[in-house]
Amino acid sequence: MSSPAWENKPVLFLLLATAAILVGTIVTMVLPFAWVNTEADRIEGVTPYNPLELAGRDVYIREGCNNCHTQTVRPLVAEVLRYGEYSRSGEFVHDRPHLWGSRRTGPDLARIGGKYPDAWHYQHMAVPTSIVPRSNMPAYAFLSDRGIDPEYTRRKMDVLRFPYEVEQIAGLRGKTEMDAIVAYMQKLGRDLPVQRTAQPVTPPAIAENPFRNDAAAVAEGGALYAQHCAGCHGASLEGGIGPALSPSGFDEDMLFEVIYGGLPEGGMPAYASLGSARVWKMVNFILAPRGI
Amino acid sequence: MDAPHYNLGIVRSFIHWSILWGVVAILVGILISFQLVNPDLNFPPYLTYGRLRPLHTNAGIFGWAIGSFFALYLYMVQRLCRRPLWSDGLARFQLYLFNFTIIVAAVTLLLGFTQSKEYHELEWPVDLLVVVLWVVFSVNILMTIFKRKEQQMYVSLWFMAASLIGVAVLYLVNSAAVPVSLFKSYSAYAGTNDANVQWWYGHNAVAMVLTAPPLAVFYYFLPKSTGVPIFSHRLSIVAFWSLIFMYLWTGAHHLLWTPVPDWVQTLAMAFSIMLIAPSWGSVVNGYLSMNGQWHQMRENYLVKFLILGITFYGLQTLQGPLQAVRSFSAFIHYTEWVPGHVHMGALGWVSLVLFAAFYYLAPRIYNRELYSIPLANLHFWLVLIGQLIYSVSLWIAGVQQAGMWHAISPDGSLTYSFMESLVEMYPYYWARAFSGLIYLAGVAIFVYNLAMTARRGKPLMPAAA
Ligand code: HEC
Ligand code: HEC
Ligand code: HEM
Ligand code: HEM
Repeated sequence: MSSPAWENKPVLFLLLATAAILVGTIVTMVLPFAWVNTEADRIEGVTPYNPLELAGRDVYIREGCNNCHTQTVRPLVAEVLRYGEYSRSGEFVHDRPHLWGSRRTGPDLARIGGKYPDAWHYQHMAVPTSIVPRSNMPAYAFLSDRGIDPEYTRRKMDVLRFPYEVEQIAGLRGKTEMDAIVAYMQKLGRDLPVQRTAQPVTPPAIAENPFRNDAAAVAEGGALYAQHCAGCHGASLEGGIGPALSPSGFDEDMLFEVIYGGLPEGGMPAYASLGSARVWKMVNFILAPRGI
Repeated sequence: MDAPHYNLGIVRSFIHWSILWGVVAILVGILISFQLVNPDLNFPPYLTYGRLRPLHTNAGIFGWAIGSFFALYLYMVQRLCRRPLWSDGLARFQLYLFNFTIIVAAVTLLLGFTQSKEYHELEWPVDLLVVVLWVVFSVNILMTIFKRKEQQMYVSLWFMAASLIGVAVLYLVNSAAVPVSLFKSYSAYAGTNDANVQWWYGHNAVAMVLTAPPLAVFYYFLPKSTGVPIFSHRLSIVAFWSLIFMYLWTGAHHLLWTPVPDWVQTLAMAFSIMLIAPSWGSVVNGYLSMNGQWHQMRENYLVKFLILGITFYGLQTLQGPLQAVRSFSAFIHYTEWVPGHVHMGALGWVSLVLFAAFYYLAPRIYNRELYSIPLANLHFWLVLIGQLIYSVSLWIAGVQQAGMWHAISPDGSLTYSFMESLVEMYPYYWARAFSGLIYLAGVAIFVYNLAMTARRGKPLMPAAA
């Protein structure tokens, strides 16, 4: 059998193989540069990181948070409900490297900014299980013992050509890596004009308390409270990051509204994504001590 | 002796070191598996999951897989070119540089020096070491090929040469970065571009490290083990060229539904499905080479490793294209399903083929018969069972997790919170951790068997080499 020339000519073979590899490379890797990060991608309001946020981002990279957390929300119904508005190219123009990740051992963080108050993050980063008992996220308390080097951070800002004020650099003195990572968390997703979560768009399906005098619902509400609220309001409503919740302070409709829609300014997340039935159960649980 | 004086010493050294790094990879894999069920096993700052997972993948891919391919390329190139290595000195230097690089890589990863890109975590000074290592290796292999004594290049040499170029192009492009300090740099690409370049690299690292090299090994060691040639040369040609052409189009199947332009995603999806053909070209070629030889599955432990290996490759290359379909990706992307896929490839396909090659070489590098074939069989069953438990439990886990993430109640709310889905994963994480221990037991027997071969195996008759 006569063999093709390339089987006997290594140089020819290498040239052919290189050509074969380059076709797909040029089309799918080189060409997209003409589409991505162009004017068409631009989103008003997306700003580079400030020095403290950048330092936090580098802590995120160093600790490999991206091995458990993604930072892209896909345009899928459940995903938008869970994490908020889906991600667009223009949000990432300042990200070198990108931190989209490939695994969700933990939840997506693209829209974490503003979801929780700072205090929540400080406590959660230091001891995640103190807020979410069955979490498997490592504890990062040691970040509080490590300072930020202002001069080094300035150099990073220069390399990335991010704008900054001298005072911002000076302000880094005395800051810890914990301050930085919390600042970075609060920046994520904050530049978008859209709501962090798309949920409140749906009005409550049940506008009236359907569970009055329903002991089973109160028990379920208790379980839901333990899972979603106890981290901030204490296991027995005594308060913590959020205020103490005494049953006497509210009427049931108001309570429903606060839980369903949240108090975004004050650091109280919205729980519309749980659905109105479950929110009503929690309302009944909180009000149970005064008897309904 | 009319045979040229082959350099087997360097092959033996690379085998020893790659096995060592393989054991490290498995031990770290087991540790991070337990960390996922018990976060108290994180020991900050150096030994947390976020720093150890890249150490695991790097030790697995660079230490175990690439280290083994160094050994086997250096062996195969001599046999297939019928001449000794172009430079023994360069090969020896490569061995030192390889181990030095792996050690530096491990230390810097634990210190938190990372570019954060999957399978390209190493910071720029370590990157440079890798580049030098690859150049040294490529020059030696290619010079040996240029000065070969056998006119025609066998299939294995095609896969080997293609992977040398492929890895070089991928690695160089993806490593472009601007240094800030000795161990910190920022990517030359931003955002969506950075992601697209990274997964062009990431997927083709699979092609050029976890597909082409083990195929080179398979095409060489299957005929050597069975004593019958590969079924069809023509099929090998078609499978080779279409494989290396198509792979490069598919990177964006890791980025379906993300902001990467739609047409790039669609091309990736289409080419991923087309990839079934060239992948199965090799699988079918392997199976047909067994015509009339299937009894060897019972009698020849080497064949068992190789045929099971190519079978997992066949499954892997059906499952991969399925994952590249948009609707399926919407479901399983980001879930536990994916580590199930990964480890069928890493533990099933790649490692099984490597075990076979090393068993085949054991008598040649130690000049002794293999110490125990029953132990080799036990090794086979343990790693097979370990890997199956690993992959199957995580596929189930992934489907359950995806189901919980996407479940929506009649009132339009999410049925499950994230934590409810995580808690459901813990039993599967336990299963995975134990499957790792079973796999480790298999590998321990392998190491024991090789060590006993070196020390106690029956010496070979001089003619048998
Ligand atoms: C082993 C995987 C793992 C690693 C590594 C990890 N996390 Fe997490 N993370 C989780 C899990 C699981 C959760 C959900 C449970 C919880 O809130 O603790 C979570 C939750 C979070 C949340 C709250 C998200 C939300 O919407 O409630 C933030 C913020 C967070 N992680 C930040 C980080 C940062 C920053 C790092 C790196 C310093 C990090 N994580 C490393 C697993 C991980
Ligand atoms: C991230 C921490 C956090 C979590 C989790 C949280 N809350 Fe809050 N909550 C707050 C904060 C902070 C406030 C105070 C907001 C303000 O005053 O504007 C608040 C306020 C409230 C209020 C109004 C209290 C008042 O005196 O006006 C209610 C009721 C409430 N939360 C109920 C809940 C329930 C029920 C859940 C669980 C579904 C929950 N919260 C989960 C932090 C949290
Ligand atoms: C048998 C012992 C092993 C165990 C217990 C193990 C365990 C793990 C774990 C827990 C992860 C993280 C999964 C996650 O993100 O949720 C992982 C990832 C990974 N491992 Fe292993 N591993 C083992 C062997 C190997 C070997 C030998 C290789 C390489 C040849 C390898 C290659 C990888 C790769 C590439 C990933 C990344 C997967 C992804 O991104 O989805 N593993 N492994
Ligand atoms: C035709 C061949 C193949 C195709 C089309 C393919 C496709 C895919 C796809 C689509 C993913 C992404 C899954 C997701 O995150 O949603 C993936 C992940 C992966 N595959 Fe394959 N696969 C193929 C063969 C292989 C082989 C032979 C291996 C060898 C071990 C392999 C190793 C991996 C690894 C390591 C990842 C994880 C990447 C990461 O997210 O970190 N694949 N594959």
